[in-house]
Amino acid sequence: MAENIDLVETAESTKTYLGFWIYIMTDCILFASLFAVYAVLHNNTNGGHSGQTLFSMPYALAETLILLTSSFTSGLTILAARRNNSKKVMLWMAITFFLGGLFLFLEVKEFNHLIQTGNSWRVSGFLSSYFTLVGTHGLHISIGLIWMAILVFFIFRNGLSKKTIKGLTLFNLFWHFLDVIWIFIFSVVYLMGHVGL
Amino acid sequence: MKRIRIFIAILFPIIIIGVAYLYLKPLNIAVLNPKGEIALREKNLLLFASFLSLFVLVPVYALLITFAIKYNEKNTKAKYSPNFDRSRTIEALCWGIPAILIILLSIVTWQSSHELDPYKPITSNNPTLNVEVVAMDWKWLFIYPDYQIASVNNLTIPINTPVNLKITSDAPMNQIWIPQLAGQVMTMPGMITQLNLIGNTKGSYLGRSTNISGSGFAGMTFKTNVVSDQDFNSMIAMSRSSNKILNIASYQQLSKPSENVPISYYSYASADVFSYIYNKYMSSSNVNISSSMGN
Amino acid sequence: MIYFAGILGLLNVSAFKHDIIQNVGVAVMGLSAIFAILIITYMKKWKWLFTEWLTSLDPKKIGLMYIFVAVLMLLKAGTDAGMMRLQQSISVGNNQGFLSSSHYQQIFSAHGTTMIFFAAMGLMFGLINIGVPLLIGARDVAFPFLNSVSFWLFVAGMILLNTSLAVGEFSGAGWLAYPPLSELQFSPSVGVDYWIWSLQIAGIGSLLSGINFIVTILKNRAKGMNLMKMPMFVWSVFGSMTLVVLAFPILTVTITLLYLDRFLGMHFFTAGGGGNPMMYVNLIWAWGHPEVYILILPAFGIFSEIVATFSKKRLFGYTSMVWAIWAIVLLSFTVWLHHFFTMGSGSDVNGFFGIMTMVIAIPTGVKIFNWIFTMYRGRINFSSPMIYFMGFILLFSIGGVAGVLLAVPPVDFQLNNSLFLVAHFHSMIVSGVLFGYFAGITYWFPKIFGFTLKDIIGKYAAYFWIIGFIFAFVPLYILGIMGATRRMNHYSNDLGFQPLFIVAGLGVGIIGLGLFMQVLQIFVSIIKRKQLQDKTGDPWNGRTLEWSIKSPAPEYNYAILPEVKYRDQFWEDKQIRYKMTKKQFKNFNVPKNSYLGLVIAFLAFCVGFAAIWHILLLFIFGIVGILIAIIYRSLDENTLKMITFDDLTQEDKLRLKGSN
Repeated sequence: MAENIDLVETAESTKTYLGFWIYIMTDCILFASLFAVYAVLHNNTNGGHSGQTLFSMPYALAETLILLTSSFTSGLTILAARRNNSKKVMLWMAITFFLGGLFLFLEVKEFNHLIQTGNSWRVSGFLSSYFTLVGTHGLHISIGLIWMAILVFFIFRNGLSKKTIKGLTLFNLFWHFLDVIWIFIFSVVYLMGHVGL
Repeated sequence: MKRIRIFIAILFPIIIIGVAYLYLKPLNIAVLNPKGEIALREKNLLLFASFLSLFVLVPVYALLITFAIKYNEKNTKAKYSPNFDRSRTIEALCWGIPAILIILLSIVTWQSSHELDPYKPITSNNPTLNVEVVAMDWKWLFIYPDYQIASVNNLTIPINTPVNLKITSDAPMNQIWIPQLAGQVMTMPGMITQLNLIGNTKGSYLGRSTNISGSGFAGMTFKTNVVSDQDFNSMIAMSRSSNKILNIASYQQLSKPSENVPISYYSYASADVFSYIYNKYMSSSNVNISSSMGN
Repeated sequence: MIYFAGILGLLNVSAFKHDIIQNVGVAVMGLSAIFAILIITYMKKWKWLFTEWLTSLDPKKIGLMYIFVAVLMLLKAGTDAGMMRLQQSISVGNNQGFLSSSHYQQIFSAHGTTMIFFAAMGLMFGLINIGVPLLIGARDVAFPFLNSVSFWLFVAGMILLNTSLAVGEFSGAGWLAYPPLSELQFSPSVGVDYWIWSLQIAGIGSLLSGINFIVTILKNRAKGMNLMKMPMFVWSVFGSMTLVVLAFPILTVTITLLYLDRFLGMHFFTAGGGGNPMMYVNLIWAWGHPEVYILILPAFGIFSEIVATFSKKRLFGYTSMVWAIWAIVLLSFTVWLHHFFTMGSGSDVNGFFGIMTMVIAIPTGVKIFNWIFTMYRGRINFSSPMIYFMGFILLFSIGGVAGVLLAVPPVDFQLNNSLFLVAHFHSMIVSGVLFGYFAGITYWFPKIFGFTLKDIIGKYAAYFWIIGFIFAFVPLYILGIMGATRRMNHYSNDLGFQPLFIVAGLGVGIIGLGLFMQVLQIFVSIIKRKQLQDKTGDPWNGRTLEWSIKSPAPEYNYAILPEVKYRDQFWEDKQIRYKMTKKQFKNFNVPKNSYLGLVIAFLAFCVGFAAIWHILLLFIFGIVGILIAIIYRSLDENTLKMITFDDLTQEDKLRLKGSN
């Protein structure tokens, strides 16, 4: 009897993983649409500034490195979980959370700077699409941070169970996905904007 | 009883079709009653494509009705093969016949979309008349840059003369349609689209907007008069005698929303009005007029 | 620009002021709601309603609730259609009719939006919920709770849309709300926001359903049922849900951007300011065209099941059919530009998209021929589902031909946005989508309720629908060619449109009779349920697994999960005189009821309402509430209940005893 229930559990997890992969794909399409919008509008500066003058490369590079590192540390949580070391899991989670939070802080700071200097989303189609594309990524990061907090709470309460490890794996998928999206944002928005493409 | 039912089933549609035919006969079926070369060719294309479609429609109906009658479960004499589920020949035909028709129609589509491209100038011995068209809330402004006159809700063109319309919008998107002369083209703010047409028969033809643009949309109709050269010249003279002129200041007055606007004429139309209108919506730093015109 | 103003946002007394016709509408809806509440209270059915239905995670019950809501919306949007035709029948020359132009525009916008998102999508998801788990031999969908969330989000979107009738007003920008008309500059009222948020909420529900059913189909199939043994309905749902997953994110993005334009003053689609309205038209059709196939594919699937069953014959050309579905799925993303050939994209682009559009007609044609050859050498029983099928082929073929004509760009220049176009897409959506779903409801009704629908009334309903359709839409084909455009609330007398509009109005009346017959059919069948009882569980001499269990199907569908060797497993079983193989019964789990789907949808409604009226506190309440609800659900360890031998229905027990 007990064996049976276990089997069902595993079948349930493969469903969850498949479902989550499909969700990630829908999110990909969502971002693809936003990238397409950005590609159409990025020259429509409406007499305002273009990306070439607005974006600071070192700043964007710093953001990128922080997010990449957080992706690495979140990967380490899985390794620790495999060794059933819940303390290490919590430690790496905390570091990931910190890096994610730092990234978000930097992004908000950049947004704030742009708005303060008179380059808000109301100025042009280019800035509207910039704020929306980067902001949507930021929104995903915020959701990731909340998710991390809940996971840590779970692991703190229940230790490493099948359920928490599943949650951890799914979270990692999500976080790596956000990393990939950011690489695209970095290349398309900042790098190509800097070159003036 | 059954015979009566079949009799009614056949008679009833015939009566309906007959009545409909008698009613429609004297009416002006705009798309099938073209008065210019472009609309004529579009009509011929419509009829040709309809004719080709019959090659699918007729077999579908014939097979459906035959099978429905023959293999009705009441007819126990008909052959019954419950496991018959594939046949190379039939499936090849199912894919093949539509495919052949579509290939044929594709060739026609490709050629006709090039030949009847609304941007393509019409070749003619007569010089082309240029007209600038603005879709407004909720009226049409026609500017004749060659004559520096303008009119609202009235387009007058000389017979057998190619006309090039440059179209923009100072309002939501609209779509211009003069079914007896040419098909529809969208009008968009900050964009210029084009429509080339020609009128080969004198007369007055209805034009309208076909894309919803707000409360006065249904009243956004205009008259298109195809007239002799003489009448065209007298229209110009009449317009020049009008006491209204069109410049940016008077345009701003005109552009206030109004519905069911009567025809009016302007004795003088300043050359910068049209560029003023679409420049209002130009947004990118590196787009100029030529690239916004689409070709 | 007002982001947030005061505790009530933009909401004030003027939002509740309407003209007389709107007030009548509000009164009718309000009174029916009050009446329903009173009846439920009087019969003391609240608890029953809550535990048996509203909180249920059984896909069959969720499916029925979908269909119930969708039928209500069909009636509501059908009333809209009647009002439109009435207006067009009398608003000629000096007579302005009984609707103001802005009210008329709200009505056609609401008609299109309601019909597509809440009538057609609702019927579709209803039938998918009922059909898919049964047909693949499963007890449930992959994510039962998510399924309930999807359904309640659909309901929240529906309620939000109908709230616009009483509070504020609805969009008048058409069912796809092209900017710049739908921008703040030209539509300053909350109407477009209602449109955005009711679609947004229902759309997210659809997206979640799409994921859910793909996983269900891939992971929950009965043992032995490999992909090429799936019933055709399941294949068609698989195709349709793939399209949902690929296309709906585009809708989500597009209408979010429109909202950002309106709320934050961004410039995505504005006239001026760096916006590009044409981009909206491209994006919305990149979702909109696949949406049409999302609706029609499951209807194709239902017809595939019905033709085979009622001809008592295998489906002809199974493999062809599967390929045709996937050809349609793929091609549906390559044709969106045919909705706006008139934009002046240039002849190469127009030519390309015209040809792609015609190419998609090939797989559709193949399907039609395959159904017809399924009838060949069959023993066809013309029950009402089969009448719908006949009507479908007759009318859908005309619509298809009209579609191919419209795919030739120069022909489209003449017919785009005319009533010819309106008649074309109604041919596809009424005779294709709706007839398919009506047939499906009749077909699976006994499996859910345990008795069949009175067939003779169903036949009359089908005839009224078919004849009504001809009267309502053939005049529109003619009107389009005469130069009548869509969405006109008024026209001049000398055009000769009026008699045709009157005939079209009569057609709507005949369709109304068809609807009446359908409602009557349900009532008569309930009264005569004893005579109509389905004792065998197999009223149609069916072919697929769902007919092997008793009617009505128990909550868990199958006491013992079936195993599959053939495409038409149940039919083959019957041919060899069904022999029970010995199988051991094992206890299994089904999900417990959950009220959280309801809660989440209520909160989503709050978010939508707050976003429409710019009410900050309510918005925060909704967002935080949804987060808490999700966290609460993920903490809940106790979501399953076990079914043991004692819980089985009497019949299942007997069958099990027979096998032991």
